[in-house]
Amino acid sequence: MSEHRLSTQVGQLARRSVLRTMRQPAQIVPALVFPMFLLAVNSGGLHETTKLHGFPTDSYLTFALAVPFVQGALFSVMNSGTDLARDIETGFLDRLALTPLRGAALLSGLLAGAVLLGLVQAATYLTVGLIAGAELVTGFPGALVIVALSVSITVAFGTIGLFAALRTGSGEAVQSLFPVFFVFLFISAMALPLELIQTEWFRKVATVNPVTYLLEAFRSLLFEGWELGSLALGFGIAAAVLAVGMTAASRALKTRLVRT
Amino acid sequence: MRHQADEGARVARFRDVALAVAWRSVHNFLANPAFLVPAIAFPLFFFIAFAGGLSAVANVPGFDFPSGYTAFQFVFVLLQSAAFGGVFTGFAMARDFEIGFTNRYLLAAANRRGIVAGYALAALARALVTWAILTVVALVAGMEVGGEGVELFGLFGLAVLVNMAATLWAAGVAMRVRSIQGGPLMQFPVFLILFLAPVYVPLGLLSGWIHAVASVNPVTALLEAGRGFISGEPVVVALAFAVGVTLPILFALWANGGLRRAEAAG
Repeated sequence: MSEHRLSTQVGQLARRSVLRTMRQPAQIVPALVFPMFLLAVNSGGLHETTKLHGFPTDSYLTFALAVPFVQGALFSVMNSGTDLARDIETGFLDRLALTPLRGAALLSGLLAGAVLLGLVQAATYLTVGLIAGAELVTGFPGALVIVALSVSITVAFGTIGLFAALRTGSGEAVQSLFPVFFVFLFISAMALPLELIQTEWFRKVATVNPVTYLLEAFRSLLFEGWELGSLALGFGIAAAVLAVGMTAASRALKTRLVRT
Repeated sequence: MRHQADEGARVARFRDVALAVAWRSVHNFLANPAFLVPAIAFPLFFFIAFAGGLSAVANVPGFDFPSGYTAFQFVFVLLQSAAFGGVFTGFAMARDFEIGFTNRYLLAAANRRGIVAGYALAALARALVTWAILTVVALVAGMEVGGEGVELFGLFGLAVLVNMAATLWAAGVAMRVRSIQGGPLMQFPVFLILFLAPVYVPLGLLSGWIHAVASVNPVTALLEAGRGFISGEPVVVALAFAVGVTLPILFALWANGGLRRAEAAG
């Protein structure tokens, strides 16, 4: 199969995925509103923690602004996975299986909706955060890197949603993954920096939790400056999740197509 | 005499319907891990995340809660689990509408208000299971309890009232929407009102818009009274119980209206 054919396949499926995402406000609105609501509540409720000795900034809003980018990416697990699960439930995947479509094209095309959602989310969170008074010490170049990191994480998490959908074939099962990912978010350095977490076991778990380093990558751009180590770790984790998720989803797709 | 006998029969019919509905709901809850596990795991998870991850908040200048941060967060998680126990029961009610089970209830029940009462009893039973586990975990985690018998009774009494209010709210929505698609409508306002209260620090340490909103949020009185009970230094008790009693009454009217709509819809 030629490269042209592959790109055509990816393009067609990407177009469908993007249109499908745009036509479902129920997917986009919660992914924008819910993280912004938590940002508003947490930055108001935890502002006093900036008075703790060793807190890295005097603006809790700036510190907390990293969270919506990761939280929003969690929504891509649900959205990508639920869309694919619906395709399985309605028999659309079975019909695709009868065509000469390549597995890589299917998975890549399905992630196009996640890319769009990631872009919209990142732009919204950053704009709202800056209007509300958050800092961005790295300026416009930093804003571009934040958007790139946000989209990378959103796509990486989206592959996990695809894997879950292909394994289970059920939208309900994909939805039930949401709380699991919330555990990863909450038991991280989400609310306080690692060094200020006093409960020892919690600090240990947060230290080995990759979400902590995704948050630190965003925070470095917001109030620390160009910390290349933090950025490399953030993009590295996103790349690792993408590689693992895509491999797992490809294998699950083969199994699913054999079943059908 | 005859009037008394009629009244007795009416109460008996109400009780029979309520107990039958409650029994089925509690059985479904306890027998299905998909319902049981989240109901227990979520409050525990919030408790761990807040009390564990944010314990340094106790060092913030001006934070002077006598029983420590674990007890401070326990009260929030207790009331939150009370509210969400009610909301999840609303989900079960909506699901019963979708599969047609509630229509059979409506046809068979001699007293239809007993159906709502049955779901409310089930919500309370599932909340009691969650609270028992949450309390044991909090005590094992070293929660300091300054309050004594009557005060702790007051704390759990408030939780019961919150559970009733949330159940009746969610039941009102479920009977109007009659689909699980009404889930966000049941859940989001409860989530909103809970988190617009002094969740992480006392009201006095909040500032700006969140302080203004929390000051007029009725949940603030419930939280402050609950925290006063657990520390053995009760505050705003009368206001909290006034709020705690008023909310179930208002939402009982709301649920009753929902029942009429469901009856009219057939």
